[in-house]
Amino acid sequence: MLYRENGQFKSTYASDQQMLPILQDRVFMLGLVAFAFLVVPFVVSDYVFLSLVIPFLILALAALGLNLLVGYCGQISIGHAAFMAVGAYAAYNLALRVPQLNFLVVLVLAGLIAAAVGMVFGIPSLRIKGLYLAVATLAAQFFMDWLFARVKWFTNYAHSGSVQTAPLDLFGWVVDTPARKYLFLLSILIVFTLIAKNLVRGHIGRAWMAMRDMDVAAEVIGIRPVYAKLTAFAISSFFVGVAGALWGFVHLGSWEPLAFNLTLSLNLLFMVIIGGMGSLLGSYFGAAFIVILPIVLNQVPAFLGVPISTSMASHLEFMIFGALIVFFLIVEPHGLARLWAIGKEKLRLWPFPH
Amino acid sequence: MIRQNGPFLALCAVLLVGLILPLATGATAVGFYVEVLLGGLMAGVLYSLVALGFALIFKASGVFNFAQGAMVLFAALAVARLAESMPLWAAIVISIAIMIVLAWLIERLVLRPLVNQEAIALFMATLGVTFFIDGLGQTIWGSDIYAIELGIPKEPVMVLQGLFQGGILVNKEDFVAAVVAAALVVGLALFFQKTPTGRALRAVADDHQAAQSIGIPLNRMWVIVWSVAGIVALVAGVIWGSKLGVQFSLSQVALKALPVVILGGFTSVPGAIIGGLIIGVGEKMAEVFLGPVLVRAFDLAGGGIENWFAFMLALLFLLVRPQGLFGEKHIDRV
Repeated sequence: MLYRENGQFKSTYASDQQMLPILQDRVFMLGLVAFAFLVVPFVVSDYVFLSLVIPFLILALAALGLNLLVGYCGQISIGHAAFMAVGAYAAYNLALRVPQLNFLVVLVLAGLIAAAVGMVFGIPSLRIKGLYLAVATLAAQFFMDWLFARVKWFTNYAHSGSVQTAPLDLFGWVVDTPARKYLFLLSILIVFTLIAKNLVRGHIGRAWMAMRDMDVAAEVIGIRPVYAKLTAFAISSFFVGVAGALWGFVHLGSWEPLAFNLTLSLNLLFMVIIGGMGSLLGSYFGAAFIVILPIVLNQVPAFLGVPISTSMASHLEFMIFGALIVFFLIVEPHGLARLWAIGKEKLRLWPFPH
Repeated sequence: MIRQNGPFLALCAVLLVGLILPLATGATAVGFYVEVLLGGLMAGVLYSLVALGFALIFKASGVFNFAQGAMVLFAALAVARLAESMPLWAAIVISIAIMIVLAWLIERLVLRPLVNQEAIALFMATLGVTFFIDGLGQTIWGSDIYAIELGIPKEPVMVLQGLFQGGILVNKEDFVAAVVAAALVVGLALFFQKTPTGRALRAVADDHQAAQSIGIPLNRMWVIVWSVAGIVALVAGVIWGSKLGVQFSLSQVALKALPVVILGGFTSVPGAIIGGLIIGVGEKMAEVFLGPVLVRAFDLAGGGIENWFAFMLALLFLLVRPQGLFGEKHIDRV
């Protein structure tokens, strides 16, 4: 009854092309953003910030980046944590060696470096597709793992191979408390979501989707595969590289070379699958799901009075992840985002379905 | 012909030169070189075994089975834990039964509902299966390191002392492994070439629809081929487990089967074997002879290039010869 577009007429091209064409959506989104900025920092505890909200924000950004590649361009990657590592180490070295740079500049440069590396590993996608590409991206994963563990220059000759970062300073505003970290990450995530949204509804996103749906037909209507695929790899790696730098600087603070391993890559892919391939909203859902599930699994047995060991919990987590992925692929290939869309459809007719 | 395959031939030439270089420059003793070579071949046999299961499934059902490594771990765990309370042969028989049940469950619960989906969806489903089997295996059997005792002496034996100075150290167990692998390949070849089921499987591999139209039950064929892959995984797991101990890293090492099948060609059984040997030898050689050079040249914090060497080699192969050494020429090229 409340959620309907009756009577909302579009009389200009601008209003026809806006991101959220329905008034209720705009109100809801503005309310959500206002809530996130004005209410959340004051009511959420530091523990929840550090263990839930901050990982969620960064992983959502990474999943957003991977979704551009997998969901929109149809190129599979099981090595995206490697590009997170590139972003993190690039940011570390930039901050270390050029200390006068502002962190925002460092972030963008780190993203650009990750984009360049991503393009190099995307080159095989021009000759091969589908499953072969999975192995090519796996090569990126193992090579980068090795590179950052072995080449001492990247870790500034640290003995243990782990690196430390200083708290961030943005124009005198020090990002040190959990609430400040949250606000900083939230702003970045919103900016990147807006960029992603406008990319996928612009000509570049349409080229990606055409490439994904049928590459021969896309070529026939004048989309250059080289351009479409390499931009997808570059932009996806840029997003993921920025997420990696944030993961290192804001979330971890200090990290070891294996912080960005194959497990993280697979987790990113699962976020995209469970959340919904080809949906920006789905990246958020997927990230939230992957962050919350282990915590729930740790709490539920204690709540039910069945004590299980931590190793048992992690094995159960593996099984539930696996089963859920198969479940989603069979029952709802478009993921949680599709469930959300179905809910919205239902809401339009509610409470008078005829 | 030469022009078409130029880059491929150049890559092969570079690899061959790299293989011979340590010997030719006199940087190493002949005996040590042969030892490294043999060690590489033995590792290669194990990679081949995993890759074999992989190629079988891809051939028959077109599924890129990421879960093959997890199946190796699962089978090895089953054998190791069952053998604690019964004789080894009984443990192996029961484990084979378990793998067949697993294959049946996968066909019923995963493949059948996803029939006619894109290959990429099936691949992601096997990712899910990987996680599930990894978790299931460790939930049932535990996650410590377990030993499998095959009753073969593990002490190295000195051979060919007359030929080289110092002789060559070899493991008896490695020889047994190689013989078992060879027997398995011969057995599979006979199964595929001589039995009616094998012929039906080859028909399914050639063309699903044509096979179905002449009355070959696709679903049953899939169960059979996944069972065979499960048994191959069991053999690989037992041999590997007796060598290194049964532990979670088995599932990760088995990822090396992916570059092997790329090298050998996805659908080719001989390709899986030869690709495995090439990868095994290549990465051992690279680790032993190229590693120290790199460490000195770039001041690295240790070698370990065998972690990525196989994957990079596969990447190069993808660029110059996407169908692999023995794969079918038809490949989705962009």
